Amino acid sequence: MFAFNMTKSIFKNLFTKSPAARASLAKKEFKRNTRGKIDINIESCVFCGICQKKCPTGAISVNRTDKKWEIERLKCITCGYCVEACPKKCLSMGNEYSGPALSKDKEVFENARVLDNATNS
Amino acid sequence: MSRRTIIPFGPQHPVLPEPIHLDLVMEDEKVVEAIPSIGFVHRGLEKLVEKKDFIEYIYVAERICGICSFMHGMGYSQAIEQIMNIEVPERALFLRTIWAEFSRIHSHLLWLGLLADAFGFESLFMQSWRVREKVLDIMEETTGGRVIFGSCKIGGVRKDIDTVTLKRIEKILVDLEKEIREIGNVFLNEYTVKSRLVGVGVLSREDAYNLGAVGPMMRASGIAQDMRKLGYGAYPQLDFEPITRTNGDSYDRCAVRIEELFQSIDLIRQAIGKIPEGPVDTKVTGNPDGEAFVRLEQPRGEVVYYVKASGTKFLDRLRVRTPTFANIPALLKMLKGCDYADVPILILTIDPCISCTER
Repeated sequence: MFAFNMTKSIFKNLFTKSPAARASLAKKEFKRNTRGKIDINIESCVFCGICQKKCPTGAISVNRTDKKWEIERLKCITCGYCVEACPKKCLSMGNEYSGPALSKDKEVFENARVLDNATNS
Repeated sequence: MSRRTIIPFGPQHPVLPEPIHLDLVMEDEKVVEAIPSIGFVHRGLEKLVEKKDFIEYIYVAERICGICSFMHGMGYSQAIEQIMNIEVPERALFLRTIWAEFSRIHSHLLWLGLLADAFGFESLFMQSWRVREKVLDIMEETTGGRVIFGSCKIGGVRKDIDTVTLKRIEKILVDLEKEIREIGNVFLNEYTVKSRLVGVGVLSREDAYNLGAVGPMMRASGIAQDMRKLGYGAYPQLDFEPITRTNGDSYDRCAVRIEELFQSIDLIRQAIGKIPEGPVDTKVTGNPDGEAFVRLEQPRGEVVYYVKASGTKFLDRLRVRTPTFANIPALLKMLKGCDYADVPILILTIDPCISCTER
């Protein structure tokens, strides 16, 4: 039985690529529930600042006067507390992880519509 | 009498996943005494209750430990629920039990891998962690995180598992059981493994009792102490008996943990069979006022949560007594008189989680 098993795996290994080679080529598939990164639909955000108050690590900062919503990806622990707390439901939990960070910058989202209005008037 | 030497062991050592320091007083190759010192990874998480409000603190509680993270969150929420008299829905209790048992499986598989690594059986280490990956995939699918689940909250759970997924988990469990049996056989019957484990670090029943050992350490010495029998979560409705062994050596501690893997799989099966329909959380209003004392069984043993609140949204005091801390006196007892080459294995058999211990 043991010899049979061994021959089977020898033949299998001869005709298939190594698992490591396969794994490096395969694209990482994210699960439906994976907590990847926080996404914001800035168009519907009212800049109330509740997410900033609730965030356990202080990764989010909201500027009401400039209509700016900022997040520090390196601080964010993707717990999803801001998503639960958002009254306008404009925050959501994305499935994909955020890309590699090159510097400790904040990711800034600005409401373009509000800014246009301000410059026009 | 030969000359005594002191060999420092740790905080940085290839076998240690986390920093603990031991001064080993040696006589030739035998350890005469071990003097521990801890405190290398203290993070001050207990003090943080004064800065974070009691609902937010669950995120901190989950990060006390990276392996039994779910059960830390569960212990904390149970303590708050006890103070505030919150009735947790039945379905939430069952889901918590399922996730808790899954984290027990992944913790024990991780430990088996580390043990194999400690006695130099690298392929067994790889196989243990390969099986563990399947459990982590289930976790990611159901909760969203691989080790920090973030699914427990005060008053229930955040995510529900639908019937289709539960059925699929049941199917995966069949495969998992087969693979764990294969690995377990190597640990329990292989000649080389046995020669490193049998009769090493014997902890007698009296010593285990007197030194206050917990969890698999105590059960391997023949004392059937299991906090799950206290009846938290959905455990009162599930049928199980604590697993005990009598010899109290490293081999028995390994065997207890392997049998607990099968017990956890059985418990998950039972829970999936009995899970009722209904809501998964209740609304929490007001602030906690009072004290609570909660004990639950983690993969490493009994954890104690003490919470004191004074009617504001910030808690007064939180104290966590983790299983590794309770097991250190027993470890020192075992180290006395052992060979220097067995020290790494003895440290690993208590399943040390130093970040937990120092918080």
